[in-house]
Amino acid sequence: MVRFILRRLLQVIPVFIGTTLLVYYMVFALPGDPIAALFGDRQPPQAVIDTLRSQYHLDQPFWVQYGLFLQNLFTFNLGNDFTGQPIAASLARVFPVTAMLAVEALAIQAIFGVAFGVFAGLRRGGWFDSTVLVASLVVIAVPTFVLGFVFQLVFGVQLGWAKPTVGANADWGSLLLPAVVLGLVSFAYVLRLTRASVSENMNADYVRTATAKGLSRPRVVLAHILRNSLIPVVTYLGANLGGLMGGAIVTEGIFNVPGVGNKLYQAVLRSEGPTIVSIVSVLVLVFVVANLLVDLLYAWLDPRIRYDQ
Amino acid sequence: MRFTRTSKALGMVAIAALALTGCGAGGGSNDGASQSAGDPNKVITAYSNEPQNPLLPANTSEVYGGRVVELLFEGLRSYDADGKPVNALADSIESSDAQNWTIKVKQGHKFTNGEAITAKTFVDSWNFAANSKNLQNNGFFFESIAGYEDVSAVTTEKAADGKTTTTPAPTAETMSGLTATDDSTITVKLAQPEADWSLRLGYAAFYPLPSAALADPKTYGENPVGNGPYKLEKAGAWVHDQSISLVKNADYEGPRGSKNGGVTFKFYTDPGPAYTDLQSDNLDVTDVLPSNALKTYTTDFPDRNSTKPVATDSTLNIPGYNPNFQGEAGKLRRQALSYAINREEIAKVVFNGTRTAAKAFAPPVIDGFKADLKGSEVLKFDAAKAKDLWTQADKIQPYDASKPLQIASNTDGGNKEWIDAVANGFKNNLGIQAEIQPFAKFAEVLNLRKSQQLPGLTRSGWQGDYPSLYNFLGPVWATGASSNYEKYSNPEFDKLLKEGLAAKTTEEANAKFNQAQEVLFQDLPGLPLWDQARPIVWSNNVTKAETGWNGGILYYNITAK
Repeated sequence: MVRFILRRLLQVIPVFIGTTLLVYYMVFALPGDPIAALFGDRQPPQAVIDTLRSQYHLDQPFWVQYGLFLQNLFTFNLGNDFTGQPIAASLARVFPVTAMLAVEALAIQAIFGVAFGVFAGLRRGGWFDSTVLVASLVVIAVPTFVLGFVFQLVFGVQLGWAKPTVGANADWGSLLLPAVVLGLVSFAYVLRLTRASVSENMNADYVRTATAKGLSRPRVVLAHILRNSLIPVVTYLGANLGGLMGGAIVTEGIFNVPGVGNKLYQAVLRSEGPTIVSIVSVLVLVFVVANLLVDLLYAWLDPRIRYDQ
Repeated sequence: MRFTRTSKALGMVAIAALALTGCGAGGGSNDGASQSAGDPNKVITAYSNEPQNPLLPANTSEVYGGRVVELLFEGLRSYDADGKPVNALADSIESSDAQNWTIKVKQGHKFTNGEAITAKTFVDSWNFAANSKNLQNNGFFFESIAGYEDVSAVTTEKAADGKTTTTPAPTAETMSGLTATDDSTITVKLAQPEADWSLRLGYAAFYPLPSAALADPKTYGENPVGNGPYKLEKAGAWVHDQSISLVKNADYEGPRGSKNGGVTFKFYTDPGPAYTDLQSDNLDVTDVLPSNALKTYTTDFPDRNSTKPVATDSTLNIPGYNPNFQGEAGKLRRQALSYAINREEIAKVVFNGTRTAAKAFAPPVIDGFKADLKGSEVLKFDAAKAKDLWTQADKIQPYDASKPLQIASNTDGGNKEWIDAVANGFKNNLGIQAEIQPFAKFAEVLNLRKSQQLPGLTRSGWQGDYPSLYNFLGPVWATGASSNYEKYSNPEFDKLLKEGLAAKTTEEANAKFNQAQEVLFQDLPGLPLWDQARPIVWSNNVTKAETGWNGGILYYNITAK
């Protein structure tokens, strides 16, 4: 078990170097001078531009820039972004917000997705199953940004149930509306995965045995059917957590959430290599840890799975 | 204040809606004396975005930092809603020869930290801003003062690979032409006479700074202490990427007294959510509308919108290094291009009737503006004349049609639509191939413009720093000027500008500047396109909002209900 975890953590190193190198190079290759772009039609004195450029090592070749970035990273000093703000501080500001958003969305899709999926799977072909299937298809078919705008308009503007945007001082309440939008599409997938899995396992031998033993219906469903049906669902949710953290650009944009997605979008607009790569580095770690947790959950869900041969 | 890269994209959207006079002014109906006074202690919220620099006035050259700085500080003068400079901290500003100026500073004014503001405060602040070592973006605003070249000196090194690097190397710490003779008197000697020099004293670069700012600009810029109508709510009131909270400065005495309890700038990375927030009264005022709202804002916000012309214009620049546009034939072709643009129709159809066709190289809101300058007839659409001139040019020197005529622009901010319309005008009226040369980002266009690698036309916009005709001509078209990227140069134009600056009165100066514009109309280094207005909308929480001469919202004038 410990060896398994260590091995997985060691895998982070090549993944980490590979992704940061790739992303850093892509930002480096973007056309346009990011420092000149900070200013408008009237440029500041050339000395200002040149000083800033050397301050951010933009006058250095790619390998030197990337090397300096890695060196900074390992000394836990991420440096400043082009507006002079420490990158570490802005990461500390945006990641909690997005983490809250992602956890809220994940909770919504896990709780509702699994519950609805189990009900639908147990009574396959029933009215609940049919309704939920059609509804989830609609949700999957509609792009997130459409859902976002519709929810914002209906619940935020017309009904006034929630604030249409989040803005400063994000909390669980103000993040609920974007979390619902963010979680909705995956909710539909979770629901369909659970439903398919449950309805398949319903006819398994061990379920018949459990029922024949005289176990109560809830016990059969929860301890036998559900637990065995969760493996694909957990795999999906784990992979999805990383996606929720990094892929919330559209949702965060619509609801003006001061999170990772918005920061990343701004950084890309400004060609800020160090900021982009710092964010991506943290996202890589989130992905790796989430996937590791999923793998560890497998053993709990299915004791036949062992990590050490 | 000039466009920044991001604000440019947004700004173009915002400005894309210039109202024809009287249109969209529904907000004018329900304000006035009959309205209840409102709550003077309530804080209003306003659209903004993260400032790009620490908040030092002389370093803030983009709109989102600029609007905060303007509320935190008061200068010797400030501009009223029409762009007229009025004395604020100055008692008097006098000069008999337009070169030697005497400024009397009002006594008894203080920064919000209690530090007194004297003539020396200004002198120190200006020397700080002009010093090249301090890397202030607006340092060049002091270029007219004698001794500026010493404090702003730089050295340029050429590396082995041919790249040049410029580093600050000031040879003096103070400008020789700038002295505080006593607590209340500043004497300024300019390098040469400039009649409109005092007009710029209301610009942010000229604001006074407390001594803490000069000692540690970076730390100070996070929590600036000023002397304006507002102050930071508390240390750390600037929450990066989220908001800045300002409260009324009760000790402020000046022309811009606040009618509300404070202004909280909420940061939006996109104008869309801000518009939604306004619709549900979660935000009180915005000056940046999403492009899809330009057609609907007057109906979405009946009686709560206004659109006023601002000191911003757009030009299509023609590079002299394109052989097609050189010599006598080039001159005829430039005129033909100008005649082939139907400015009125594009303003009406593409901009939904919210921009006006340009009448000169400066917008009409600027003092001294004159329509019908000699040569300005090229701004009128005339297809027959365009075709005729083009044919004449072809007789002198055949047009190289191997490549289509390209119009370079970033395509965000609704630029593509009008460029397509202009290109179609060239195609239909001149019989040439014309198309947009699209770029994802403004920075790419700028880079290529600077290195003279754009053979086609380039879109550019200019927003006035201070309300003066010169500000629309000098920095853009004078030989070697900072924003003259196409390197246009005409000694006659330069001479007229210089004479205008040296004129004794503003009227004389403006007459010279208008003559200089006639030279531009002869040469047509760029084609004036349109003048812009700024549409704004406000929520049900406030009684009214309005914009000043440069399109900035007059936040201090907003009353909360």
